[in-house]
Amino acid sequence: MSFPWAKEYKPSHPFMQWMDEKLPIPRLVYNAVGGGYEVPRNLNYFWNFGFLAGLCLILQIVTGVVMAMHYAANTAVAFDTVEMTMRDVNWGWLMRYAHANGASAFFVVIYIHIFRGFFYGSYKAPREMVWLLGVVIFLLMMATAFMGYVLPWGQMSFWGAKVITGLFSAIPLVGEPLQQWLLGGFAPDNAALNRFFSLHFLLPFVILGVVILHIWALHIPGSSNPTGVEVKSESDTVPFYPYYVAKDGWAIGVFAILFCAMVFFFPNYLGHPDNYIPANPMSTPAHIVPEWYFWPFYAILRAFTQDFLFIPAKLMGVMAMFGAILVWFFLPWLDKSPVRSGAYRPLYRKFFFFGLLPAMAVLFYCGGAPAQEPFVMLSQLAGLYYFAHFLIIIPIVSAIEKPDPLPFSITEAVLGADEEAKLAPSPSATVA
Amino acid sequence: MARILSILVGLFFTVALAWSFGKGAYTQITDPPAATAEHEFHLAPREYTFVSDGILGRFDREQLQRGFEVYKEICSTCHAIRHVAFRDLGALGYSEAEVKAIAKGFQVPVFNPATGEVETRAGMATDYFPPVVYAGQGTPPDLSLITKARHEGPQYVRSLLTGYQDQPADLLKKFPDSKTPDGLHYNPYFANLNIAMPPPLTADGQVTFSDGTKATKEQMATDVAAFLVWTAEPKLEKRHQTGLAVLGFLLFATVMGYLSYRNIWAGKKH
Repeated sequence: MSFPWAKEYKPSHPFMQWMDEKLPIPRLVYNAVGGGYEVPRNLNYFWNFGFLAGLCLILQIVTGVVMAMHYAANTAVAFDTVEMTMRDVNWGWLMRYAHANGASAFFVVIYIHIFRGFFYGSYKAPREMVWLLGVVIFLLMMATAFMGYVLPWGQMSFWGAKVITGLFSAIPLVGEPLQQWLLGGFAPDNAALNRFFSLHFLLPFVILGVVILHIWALHIPGSSNPTGVEVKSESDTVPFYPYYVAKDGWAIGVFAILFCAMVFFFPNYLGHPDNYIPANPMSTPAHIVPEWYFWPFYAILRAFTQDFLFIPAKLMGVMAMFGAILVWFFLPWLDKSPVRSGAYRPLYRKFFFFGLLPAMAVLFYCGGAPAQEPFVMLSQLAGLYYFAHFLIIIPIVSAIEKPDPLPFSITEAVLGADEEAKLAPSPSATVA
Repeated sequence: MARILSILVGLFFTVALAWSFGKGAYTQITDPPAATAEHEFHLAPREYTFVSDGILGRFDREQLQRGFEVYKEICSTCHAIRHVAFRDLGALGYSEAEVKAIAKGFQVPVFNPATGEVETRAGMATDYFPPVVYAGQGTPPDLSLITKARHEGPQYVRSLLTGYQDQPADLLKKFPDSKTPDGLHYNPYFANLNIAMPPPLTADGQVTFSDGTKATKEQMATDVAAFLVWTAEPKLEKRHQTGLAVLGFLLFATVMGYLSYRNIWAGKKH
């Protein structure tokens, strides 16, 4: 679907006409990211991160496939094959550092993308499916990243795998057999490494598939925008090509500069030194920490230090850690406010900036810190706010808040007036 | 209905966290954790700028060769560098003949299928540095990656090697139980303060540098740390050089991209 004024694909070359009749891939591309996709004209730079996330996925797949050519999933040699890639494979160090830092870049981009969605209410009708698929992508990314970090079989790989798979043992009754079944043993070993490698290779392509669904679902209502007011007329939109191709293009440049600065000059800054020590099941590292992108959820896991209502603390932590992400699935139905954008929601905006963002920052920090005071107490307070924000504050705020007046249309928001649209009522004018 | 359910679930998690917080805070007040000697007397590595540091970081070939001499004369008694092959030493500026001669000086294990025994033969340029059998106290780690396997690795190695000292009287006064055990050595740069490795650099002039540099303890520690930066990251120079070229290109491309963006959006308010 698209807006009635969207341009139609008209191939002029005979070959393209022939192609369009047999397999209209050029038409698909034209309508998805070409002149045929009409996009609100007022998108700010936070809307570049969807495109950048796609770029990161491709980057990870390309560098990952090359890495896999030189890797052996066997506990006896896994560490050495990665080192060999760094030393003896042509540009192997570049592939390895780009892949490791690419995971971090992917998560930076995706966190900004998700929090843009929180602020601008991108999860609301008619885009609930886009949001749900997005949360699925995020979960798949976390699984993929976790298993990828195990592959070099360093100290943090091994102990991270041990801690995370150990969480399954918290599940009552079936926990321990489930954990052994998942690992193929009593502790992470060759069987686990092999299946992690297999899944780490598979899941990115599953992610790619869900990304295609995510974009498909997005193209049905069209992109949201910073005002949250739906598109009303032709003057509200511009075609994706050339406008947003140009804007995304230069954003890619900025992203690539930051990314390459990390890869070429600080490639190990985001990693943990212990992962340059080969895995040793007999020697536990002083502090077991996952990669930085898991820190908020790791902090929540560790924040539950007391049994509660006969539920063991460990099980509470595991439920909360998964619950912290699963709650995002329900967001479209927890936030009933008819206004999408936080820019027009004075109360919601306050909780977002002075509640959610600081709480996330504290959780990020504490998740990477040792499990000592004051970090545990800080993560308890921040975690408390986190759950209150999504499950208590958002439902109440959306019921009692009095939103600011919305602009009549995107054009009015941009130009200050939109005479044309007011005269001619448009098909989607009912949704504000 | 959905709202009430959501608030109930929210209360479940928030009350559980408040409970954990309350208990934790109570324990903090009534039973604060005792200070430890590691916590109070451990030192961060001393600051030092290696030529390999920074975005223009490179290797000083003469320093690497001196560092290798320190490794060969002293460290290699207990520590292996198994990820490094003799052929790699060409990158330090050694000629092919010199590399072959160095390799010959090491005995590498080979399995003899005729006898079923592991025997040794003189190393060749294609061999890796052989494993080191160590029978004493402690487990000497492989050093190939040591500067990447510790926080502030190069500075850590340099500080550790020159950081041996007597246990401070203060420490023993405050933590009488923390006396360095027999067979261990006090070193404030080591994570738990007591390291099994005896001081390896004992006297100035322990190594005779072939380039005539005076082998003070400080000099030997610095040079061997620099050498271990190379063993951990032999492609460091190439990475930095490539990075500068890549960033130069990207800056140009991004400016061009920005200008085309401005050009295409000109006249379109947004």
